[in-house]
Amino acid sequence: MTPATFAFDAANQERVKIWIAKFPTGRQQSAVLALLDLAQRQSGGWLPQAAMDHVAELLGMARIRVYEVATFYTMFNLKPVGRHLVQVCTTTPCWLQGSDAVLGACRAKLGIDVGETTVDGQFTLVEVECLGACVNAPVILVNDDYFEDLDADSTERLLDALGRGEGVKPGPQVARQTSAPITGANTLKGGADA
Amino acid sequence: MVNLTIDGQEIEVPSGITLLQACELAGKEIPRFCYHERLAVAGNCRMCLVEVEKSPKPVASCAWPIAEGMVVKTDSPMVKGARHGVMEFLLINHPLDCPICDQGGECDLQDQAMAYGKGMSRFEEYKRAVMEKDFGPLVKTYMTRCIHCTRCIRFLDDVAGVEELGATGRGEAMEIGTYVQRGLSSELSGNIIDLCPVGALTSKPYAFTSRPWELNRTESIDVLDAVGSSIRIDSRGAEVMRVLPRLNDDVNEEWLGDKSRFAVDGLKRQRLDVPMVRSDGRLQPCDWDVAFRAIADRVGGEQGAKIAGIAGDLADAESIHALRELLDALGSPHRDGRQDGAKLDPACRAGYLFNTGIAGIDRADACLLIGTNPRVEAPIINARLRGRWLAGGFKVGVVGAMPSPTFRVESLGAGPRTLTEIAEGRHPFAAALRDAKAPMLILGQGALVRSDGAAVLATARAIAEANGLVKEGWNGFNVLHTAAGRVGALDVGFVPGPGGRDTAGIIAGAERGEIKVLFLLGADEIDTSRLGACFVIYIGHHGDRGAHRADVILPAAAYTEKSATWVNTEGRVQRTVRAVFPPGQAREDWAILRALSAALGRALPFDSITALRSRMERVAPALARTGEIAPAPWGAFGTTGPMEDRPFASAVANYYMTDPVSRASATMARCTAELLPRPEATGIHG
Repeated sequence: MTPATFAFDAANQERVKIWIAKFPTGRQQSAVLALLDLAQRQSGGWLPQAAMDHVAELLGMARIRVYEVATFYTMFNLKPVGRHLVQVCTTTPCWLQGSDAVLGACRAKLGIDVGETTVDGQFTLVEVECLGACVNAPVILVNDDYFEDLDADSTERLLDALGRGEGVKPGPQVARQTSAPITGANTLKGGADA
Repeated sequence: MVNLTIDGQEIEVPSGITLLQACELAGKEIPRFCYHERLAVAGNCRMCLVEVEKSPKPVASCAWPIAEGMVVKTDSPMVKGARHGVMEFLLINHPLDCPICDQGGECDLQDQAMAYGKGMSRFEEYKRAVMEKDFGPLVKTYMTRCIHCTRCIRFLDDVAGVEELGATGRGEAMEIGTYVQRGLSSELSGNIIDLCPVGALTSKPYAFTSRPWELNRTESIDVLDAVGSSIRIDSRGAEVMRVLPRLNDDVNEEWLGDKSRFAVDGLKRQRLDVPMVRSDGRLQPCDWDVAFRAIADRVGGEQGAKIAGIAGDLADAESIHALRELLDALGSPHRDGRQDGAKLDPACRAGYLFNTGIAGIDRADACLLIGTNPRVEAPIINARLRGRWLAGGFKVGVVGAMPSPTFRVESLGAGPRTLTEIAEGRHPFAAALRDAKAPMLILGQGALVRSDGAAVLATARAIAEANGLVKEGWNGFNVLHTAAGRVGALDVGFVPGPGGRDTAGIIAGAERGEIKVLFLLGADEIDTSRLGACFVIYIGHHGDRGAHRADVILPAAAYTEKSATWVNTEGRVQRTVRAVFPPGQAREDWAILRALSAALGRALPFDSITALRSRMERVAPALARTGEIAPAPWGAFGTTGPMEDRPFASAVANYYMTDPVSRASATMARCTAELLPRPEATGIHG
C-alpha cells in the first residue's frame, strides 16, 4: 500500500518550480508547506514517506526536518484516507448549534467511528477543531469544500450524494446567501438581488 | 562592557552575552534544562526565569540580551514562584520512576526538583506515555521521561552534523525521535546521553549496572584514537564500568567519540592475564620465570642483527623507550613504531605533528584534506572542523575519498595527480590557500602508508611552503594520526637505527629467516602470517592477532590500568592515571621489560617509572612537560620522488574496530553489524 518511490507529475513539477522561485536563493526550504500540499494532493490525500523524502531532497533539507513539519500540521495526513475526508467541527460554536447531531448522522450513515475509513475507501471521518466558519455553524469540511448550516438530515443527504458521486453545492445547506443573516437580509433591501 | 545590578550587586560584564551568563558571572546559580554552553540557545524549558525590573513578567534569562543599567533579581518571590510553576509543569508528564531510572543520582531534573521545586503536584489527570524509540546499539531511550529540552536535537544538528533527530507532532503529542525507526549514524552519538538532563536517553551497554555513588572516578586520557581526549574512568572494584568525557577546551571540549566511550567492555574480554609459552605448537600457561627462561634460551646466543622489535598502536611512550633500551642492549638496530608502514619522517618533529593544534582549527579559514576522513579517524577533530565551517568563511577542499562529510567540502581529485597540480600552483585551490589568512592542510595516514608515502609527504610540505601555510605565528601543516602511540614512538626515536630495518624490512627478514627473534609491543596490525619461523615475543594486553602468532606471551596492562605517557596527534604530552589493576598476573609493560632485561643478563639502568621517565626525557626533551605541546620548529622532511596515480583512501575502514580493545568489545561488534553499511550479500552469506 505504501509506495516505495514518489515523483511529482509533469503538471506538479511546473508548480514546484513556481513555488521554489518565490523564495530568495538559499531560502528554498520555505516552500516546504506548499510542496507537501502538492505531494499530498497528488498522492490521493495523504503523504507517504517517499513523498516527504522526495520533498526533502528537492529542497536540500534533512528528511527529519520535513517529517517535523508534516507531523506538526494536522492538515497533512500521514496515513491513507478515503476519497472524501469528512472533517466535522465540534468546537464550541458548532457544538452549541448541534454538531453532535451532525457527527452522529455521519457515524450512523457511514457506519464508522471518528478516525476510521469506510471499507469501500470512500469516506474517512475525523473530528477537527474550529474551522473558522462559526457564523454558519455547524460546519463540516469535505476535502476542500465547506458545507454549512447543517443538521442531521442535510448531513445524510450530503453524504448520500457524495457516495453516489453526484455534484454537491458547497456552502450553506439552508436557504441563505453565504454568511448573510439567517433570518433574511435586513440592510440593502432595495438592491438588484433583493 | 555593560553595567548591571544583579540581586543588589553591581557588576560589569562584557557586552553581547546573555542574561544567564551575566548572572553566572555574578556568582548566581540559575537552574536550566535546555540551555547548554556549547549548543544553540533554544529557550523552551523556561526554568531559567528571572525577574527584570520594569518587565511585567519574568524573563527567560538564557535567551535575554543584557542592557546597560538592567536591574535583575534571581531570588525574589516572583522568581521563586516562577520556578515552582515551571517545575510543576515539567513534572506533569514526567514519571515518578527514579528508583528504576539509570539517571538516578546524576539527574538534573531530580536535583533541580529538590532545589527549586514545590514538592507537590496539583495534576490529577492521566500522565502521557510515549513509545520507546530505537536509537541503535548505544543509546537507550525511555521517551516518557523526556521533557523536550531539545539538547539532543541541537547537538546532532550543530556539533555532530547529522540531522537525524527531530521533534515530531505537537502539543501533548510531541515526541523526540527519528520518525523512521533506525539507529543514529553519528560517531559522536553517545554525547546526547551526557546532554540529556533526565533519564530519557541513557547508555545502553551500561544500563542497570551501577549507580553513580558506587563508582570510583579517575581522571585520565583516552588512547583509542590519536586525539587523546580527556576522560573520566568510572570503575567499581576491578571493573571499568564506563568512560565519560572530561572538559578540555584545547582537545575534546566536552565531547567524546563513541568508540572511546563504549569500547571499554573490550577491556574485560580476550585479556591476557597469565604468561604463556608455546610448546608442542600450543600456548601453555606458565609463570613469569618460565616465560623469561624460554626467552633467554632463544635470545641468549643470538646476534643483535637478528633481533627486532615493533611497537603497536596503543603502546605508551615509556614502554616503547624501555623496549628501545633493551634492543640497544641486545645490539639490535631493527625497530619500528610505525607498524602500518607510514612513511613518517622522524627527522623533523613538525613533519609528523598536527601543528595547528585542535583548538587552532577555530582560527583557520581554508583547509585542504589529503587522504583522510576525519569523521572516522578522529570524530572530535571532525566536530571542530564542522564548527569552524558553520561559523562561515571556511573553504574545504578534499583530495581523496571522503564519504558522507558533515560539512560542505569541495572534491578536488582522487589522488597524487591533483596533489601535484596544487603543489605546482596549477590548481585553483592553490590560489584559495594562498589568499587565505590562515590556511591549513590535514594529511591522513591513508596517504602515508602507501609505498610512495615519502613523496606524498614531500609534496604536502611543498604545498605548505608554497602557499603560506607556515609562517610567523601560524603553522597550517598537520598530520592526522590514527594511533595513540605513534607520535610517542617517533619522539623517543623508535625508528630503525643505523643499518636497521623498518616494519616491512623486519617482516621480510623474518620471512626469509634473517630475523630470528621479534618483540611485538602490542603490535597486532601487521601481517603475522609472514613471520616464518621467527621466535615471537608478544607483550600486550589482548589475545589479538599478535598474541595468536606468539611463541611467548607476556601479559601487560591496558591504558586504564597504568600511569603512562601518550603523545596525541598535536604533540601534546598527556599521562593516564591507573583506575583499576591489571587482571591476573599481568604487569605494567615497562616493568615487564625491565624484569626481562635482567633475565637476559642485560639489566636496564632504571628501577622505577620515574627513573625510566627521566631517561626517556633525556632522549626526547619534548616529553618532559605533561599537558603541553613543545614547540616544533619547521624543517626538511619527506623525500621527493615519483608518485603512483592511485586514489587515496582513508586509513580507517571501520571506525568501531581499530585496535585490540575495540575488536574485543561486544558493543563495538554490535555497532559494526548494525550501523555500518553492509557489503552486498551474496549466496554464501546464508
